[in-house]
Amino acid sequence: MPIDKVVGSFDEAVADVADGSLIHVGGFGGPAEYPSYLIAALARRGSKGLTITGNHSGFSEGQLTMMKQRMSGMMAYPDDYFSPGILVERGQVAKGILAFPVLPGAALKVPFEELLEKGEVELELIGQGSLAERIRAARAGIAAFYTPVGPGTVTQRDKEVRWFDGRPHLLERALKGDFSIIRAHKADRWGNLVYRGTARTFNATMAGGSRVTIAEVDEIVELGELDPECIITPAPYVQRVVVRPQEPVTDWRTPC
Amino acid sequence: MSAPRFEDKPRLDDWAMAMRAAQELEEGGKVFNLGFGIPMLISSFVDREAEVLLHSENGVIGFGPVIEDPERADRYCINGGGQPVEKRPGVAFMSHEESFALIRGGWVDVTFLGALQVAANGDLANWKVPGKISGALGGGQDLAFCAKSVVCITTHQTKDGTPKIVNRLSLDITAPECVKRIISDIAVIDITPDGLVLREVLPGWTPDEVQQVTEPELSVTSDLVEMAL
Repeated sequence: MPIDKVVGSFDEAVADVADGSLIHVGGFGGPAEYPSYLIAALARRGSKGLTITGNHSGFSEGQLTMMKQRMSGMMAYPDDYFSPGILVERGQVAKGILAFPVLPGAALKVPFEELLEKGEVELELIGQGSLAERIRAARAGIAAFYTPVGPGTVTQRDKEVRWFDGRPHLLERALKGDFSIIRAHKADRWGNLVYRGTARTFNATMAGGSRVTIAEVDEIVELGELDPECIITPAPYVQRVVVRPQEPVTDWRTPC
Repeated sequence: MSAPRFEDKPRLDDWAMAMRAAQELEEGGKVFNLGFGIPMLISSFVDREAEVLLHSENGVIGFGPVIEDPERADRYCINGGGQPVEKRPGVAFMSHEESFALIRGGWVDVTFLGALQVAANGDLANWKVPGKISGALGGGQDLAFCAKSVVCITTHQTKDGTPKIVNRLSLDITAPECVKRIISDIAVIDITPDGLVLREVLPGWTPDEVQQVTEPELSVTSDLVEMAL
């Protein structure tokens, strides 16, 4: 029987995301890297009590509109760019495992910071490197690893410290998600993925870091069209593939 | 420590500090990481022909200057601050875990980071602004712990005049004993096993005046020069 992981809509792709799920949210900080349509579909689905991981806690809907205007002198922001901030803003997130939960020093207060101040969301602050490696470890079947990053700082918490080669290391545990929602450039129906430029970032890291990885892609190509020498994420790490619409859907509320 | 403000004296702005920091770059295969904030400006001062390996933690190495023209900007080639950068020949993209394997594994020779405080022993605080409920570690902690050398680019004093170069950190630490050089808006100071050494002073300032706005004691190198851009 042919393998076909292509799902017809974003709503269908996230239909089984239960309340309380741990979700690795791909992306970094710019408009090209986020799985915007999957984030929007999760907002429509309304799953609650989510734990999200990722670099950035994201902007509110209003802040995104402002960013699009403010950044237009540097780079055009697409109208179908949504960040995890809309999930936070809607009270769907109970906990964040994040490197940028708040913006450092900036006057702009992201939704996560507001909820943190009210005590309505829990934070596990983590550096990008340890977060990325914890997710990679989950994909790779490594239960835990020692990293030289963090001893004696906020990230140590109650973690075991062990010395190797004259340096203290922290024991960091693998972080397996229920779902990884990621953005890639091209896929085939098997779920092989290639990325585009700096949009590879956490997206490739999170592929396979969960029980179910859902990839939002620009294009689905025929099996065999992706150069096997250049495939970044091999098929087994991906369970579902959804293609982005040709015409941008600019309101996250619109089913698609 | 209260320190004089010296409000009438010249100071470098962010761009000028980045311009001075760009003098630290060299060709020949060394890897330079440009952190979030002022350090991102450094790539604009790299000679277009120079083969300087710039790394940004979001997963790109070998990129060129920030692109100022929105028509030419490519949102698929950005630096760690989300600015579009030149995709020059030799550029390579990588996943996030690979980008930090590169950092943690010791492949980054120099990282340029911002600072809220630097202590005399090289301790760095740069992730949490006082009064905020949380801060942001970004990739800065991995870089501060693992790059071979950390160069901090920072104003010498806070807006209210408090020295940022201190005997001991009062703010939350990012990484211990990591900073090797501070490029400030008025001086260049090295942190050595023998203490802080004043290397360069901005014209308009004397070493004694720099000392008055620096908590730890500075020794002045015999080959002290003026900061030049």
